[in-house]
Amino acid sequence: MDAKVMDRPRAGMSAKEVIARRVAQEIKPGMLVNLGIGLPSMVANYIPHDYGVYFQAENGVIGLGARPPEGMEDPHLTDAGGGFVTAVPGAASIDSAMSFGIIRGGHLDMTVLGGLQVDERGYLANWMVPGKMVPGMGGAMDLVAGAKRVVVAMVHSAKGEAKIVPGCTLPLTAMRRVSLIVTELAVIEPTREGLLLRERGPDVRVEDILAQTSSRLIIEDEVPEMRIG
Amino acid sequence: MRKAIRPEEAADIVPDGAVVLIGGFMGVGTPERMIDALVARGVKNLTVVANDAAMPGKGIGKLVSAGAVSRAIMSHIGLNPEIQQKMIAGEIEVELVPQGTLVERIRAAGVGLGAVVTATGIGTPVEEGKQVLEIDGKRYLVEKPIHGDYALIAAQQADYAGNLLYSLTAHNFNPIMALAGRTVIVEPEMIVPIGVIPPDAVKTPGVLVDHMLARAA
Repeated sequence: MDAKVMDRPRAGMSAKEVIARRVAQEIKPGMLVNLGIGLPSMVANYIPHDYGVYFQAENGVIGLGARPPEGMEDPHLTDAGGGFVTAVPGAASIDSAMSFGIIRGGHLDMTVLGGLQVDERGYLANWMVPGKMVPGMGGAMDLVAGAKRVVVAMVHSAKGEAKIVPGCTLPLTAMRRVSLIVTELAVIEPTREGLLLRERGPDVRVEDILAQTSSRLIIEDEVPEMRIG
Repeated sequence: MRKAIRPEEAADIVPDGAVVLIGGFMGVGTPERMIDALVARGVKNLTVVANDAAMPGKGIGKLVSAGAVSRAIMSHIGLNPEIQQKMIAGEIEVELVPQGTLVERIRAAGVGLGAVVTATGIGTPVEEGKQVLEIDGKRYLVEKPIHGDYALIAAQQADYAGNLLYSLTAHNFNPIMALAGRTVIVEPEMIVPIGVIPPDAVKTPGVLVDHMLARAA
């Protein structure tokens, strides 16, 4: 972990950095983790190197490493977003059947994905907006259905529109209650009873969270501020 | 020993209207010379089964641009605006399949299984029109095998017997598709004498391979 990065005052932190740092705390030593492209991939920047965490890219590598130096890319080694990567010592390259066997078979400790909507049941919609965006689900449905823990990393609302909603209006990714929702405003745990507000973002009040959430939230007396190192 | 053929000879083997399984993930591990030859021949009306549509100018994206594809069975088309436009215009019929389900449906075809039974897709649009099985209290979708008339795959090395070895993330769908194509055509980057690829390193046994592209001139 880069000490200089970790010491930067949070006043200057972007929403995405707050989210990535908070999600990073969910990752424990020795885990096998799959990070989605975009915001979720930023989480890797905040995992201590001595944790021995392996990152999986579903296109076929366990033990994803950093971007190679300019001009040293291997055309046969990319992440699931198509970006050039390296492989760490101890890495394994696998075919897609093995890769998704690992995902579906419950061998993946955690997946971190972006979200378009999450609802009171804890169901995630993150792969299409009918009539507007139909890119295909790629590996998202298998990841949400199969990973041991599913963490949704997303900004809390989209252009003023709530993303944490009573019931998803967009097509679901899976009928599985996700494990945790992390936004720049809140950490929310979907439970059998509903969405439990676990933590507030830095300098965020509970009212701020409620104002940008259209679902019901279960709020206990004390909602601690998230610690983001 | 096998006879290596030129890409244009290989392209002549694949008729218009064929169902082709094509290896690759966003163009990584895709048989590019094979695709170039198919485009040059002016192939039409293909059903392409692949992980994704790559992007314009790369891999499967070239077939899309050339108007060679009428049907696509893929997990992701989001990086290729052309296929999205053609889908909306009704020129290409697209079936979106979760990636893990797609590879298992292809594998099922290749290994003689009648279906894949998976929890992936339950409660989503993927479930529509499919049989649902309840096994030990859990619900699963019944997903049918996907056979290919041809599998067009890429490998890092082939030996003279057609044994194949793949590199890093260029494995992806290639070793699975080698089982599921009635005719399998491989485009290796290197062709090496028998014995160079140790038996333990062979991912696709040469007995599955029908044709091999000659090395690039």
